[in-house]
Amino acid sequence: MENILVLTHVDEIGSALSRASLEAVTAGLELAARLGAPLAIGVIGSDAAAANALVNTGAKLLAVSGEALAQPRYATDAAACEALCRAAGASIVLVPAGARLSRVAAGVAYRLGGVVDTHITALGGADTVEATRWFYRQRVEAVISRSTRPWFVVLDAGTHTVYAGDTGVANVEQVAVELPATRTSVSGIRAPKQDEQTIRPDARMLFVAGAGWTKKQPDGQVHTPEAAERILGFLRATGASLGSSKSLVDQGGEGQSVLPFLTHMNQIGQTGATPRHAKGLSTCCHGEEPHVVGWRFIGERRAISLDPNCGWTRGKADVVYVADAFPVIAKLNELLGAKG
Amino acid sequence: MPHSLHIIVCAGIVPDPLQTLEPVITPNGPGLKNEMVLPAVLDPWAACALYEAANLAAKNPGSKLWLVSLGPKAKLQQVMMTVAQKVAFELVPIDGPIGGFPDAHATAAMLADAIAGVPGLDRSKLFLFGGWESATRGAGVTLQMVGERLGITEQFQGVDQIEVRDDGSFEVLERIEGGRHQVSVCSSAPAVLGWATGNLPEPRNNPQVGMANMRTMMPALQKAKSSTLDANGLSYVSVSLPKQQRTTRVVKDMTPDQIAAELVEWIGAE
Repeated sequence: MENILVLTHVDEIGSALSRASLEAVTAGLELAARLGAPLAIGVIGSDAAAANALVNTGAKLLAVSGEALAQPRYATDAAACEALCRAAGASIVLVPAGARLSRVAAGVAYRLGGVVDTHITALGGADTVEATRWFYRQRVEAVISRSTRPWFVVLDAGTHTVYAGDTGVANVEQVAVELPATRTSVSGIRAPKQDEQTIRPDARMLFVAGAGWTKKQPDGQVHTPEAAERILGFLRATGASLGSSKSLVDQGGEGQSVLPFLTHMNQIGQTGATPRHAKGLSTCCHGEEPHVVGWRFIGERRAISLDPNCGWTRGKADVVYVADAFPVIAKLNELLGAKG
Repeated sequence: MPHSLHIIVCAGIVPDPLQTLEPVITPNGPGLKNEMVLPAVLDPWAACALYEAANLAAKNPGSKLWLVSLGPKAKLQQVMMTVAQKVAFELVPIDGPIGGFPDAHATAAMLADAIAGVPGLDRSKLFLFGGWESATRGAGVTLQMVGERLGITEQFQGVDQIEVRDDGSFEVLERIEGGRHQVSVCSSAPAVLGWATGNLPEPRNNPQVGMANMRTMMPALQKAKSSTLDANGLSYVSVSLPKQQRTTRVVKDMTPDQIAAELVEWIGAE
């Protein structure tokens, strides 16, 4: 029989479990119910009080806590995860795919003589466990299984609902662990100012800017400042997250005109992110395959492109407007502003 | 004060992103149709790691840079003809299978063995670089396991920047959720850094660098050991292309005002 452990961690504030952790809890509850297997949930963080949110899961609750775990870093987090896995005797370990636990999952699997698979988007199978994941940057989909245990399954964020049970006073078993000496200390978080943050994973909509925004316009001139103003205006009006094509973010390194708020972190596609949003609007990019793989998990897709033969028209978008994005977005911002 | 570093970059080769990929079942498990004849490139994120490594080595005189790559010998040779012109490095090739479907654990074991056998490698000066994920398997696990196998427990993933300080400590920027970076300071090497894109453009081709690299590269390729990878209990239930093809409505006859009005309605709809 399988023995399931869900690894979770507290968020940056330190008082609640991260969103991705709560999604993994849902996955764990579903899998344990299907297999009739015992479920344990391990909590990592400076304070185990966050486990009170799990009091009604019916799972055995374990925790490794202490001040050293307030900082997400490899050496201490890996030791904490290893201790939780050993204490639970887990054969399947579900891991949320946030930066913190993705950093250590493979290392911990190696220490335990186990195996790891990441970017799992679904768990299925009848009597066995089968996991769905993508290969070649979301271009080939496969269902895999493993006979080796423990099997670490790192679940992509946004693939399960967030667990929301009543809170109470949880009976949490503290797992003792001797944390290793580490040469690393976390000195902080570097983020754009609140009003300059353009990457919003929880946004309903993704707005993608392509290289066309910084090309010559009908008057023969480049209008990068105006492009920046229109894009930011749209983001302000809709709360959308901003994505970019590789060609646009690469322009900075090539000495061309650039949009000042774009970095490689905005890039989506083959060498960028694959975000999850309900809707996506593409502007001034051509919809070639390496870019479109970044749209795999976008629900409704529309594009504005001057090229009637661009990649978007070949079954990749729901609607393609053959038009210049400059006047369209200007008018769109005006209408959204008037709507309030 | 500059510090001489020993930098190893692990980098695979992947199909050119513009190629159409079609999965097929082979006697050895899943693969890609015509995989051996598809044009290949150095894995993009690992390429970023290589450029960052070369930049770091240039800033720290006396440093050495190795590129460890697993793939079919002929494909490695083909890809390295281009890569060799970008930056100076010593190739450590491993003749093995190509593609995203072989198991990552076996790959990590083979890479770790190859790195452990690099002559003259000083592990106290070691920076182990690679892409934080590949464009084939995209798992982001190989580098961590190579690090564990080599006993390196200072690891960073999604790295966009490293700054080595005068005292030998270094500051690392790692990508975290929400478009932000976690800033960490590590007091010394060795360390594992899985790179995201970094901040450097692709270097221009330099035929002189290419000639110098090729002098050691060709003998290394000839001597590359042939290896097979264990499956480690991995089995594929199915492998397929995504089937959803959208019915695209192409709109050519609307004014910007009309398009904007339609988009406002679409954005507001649940």
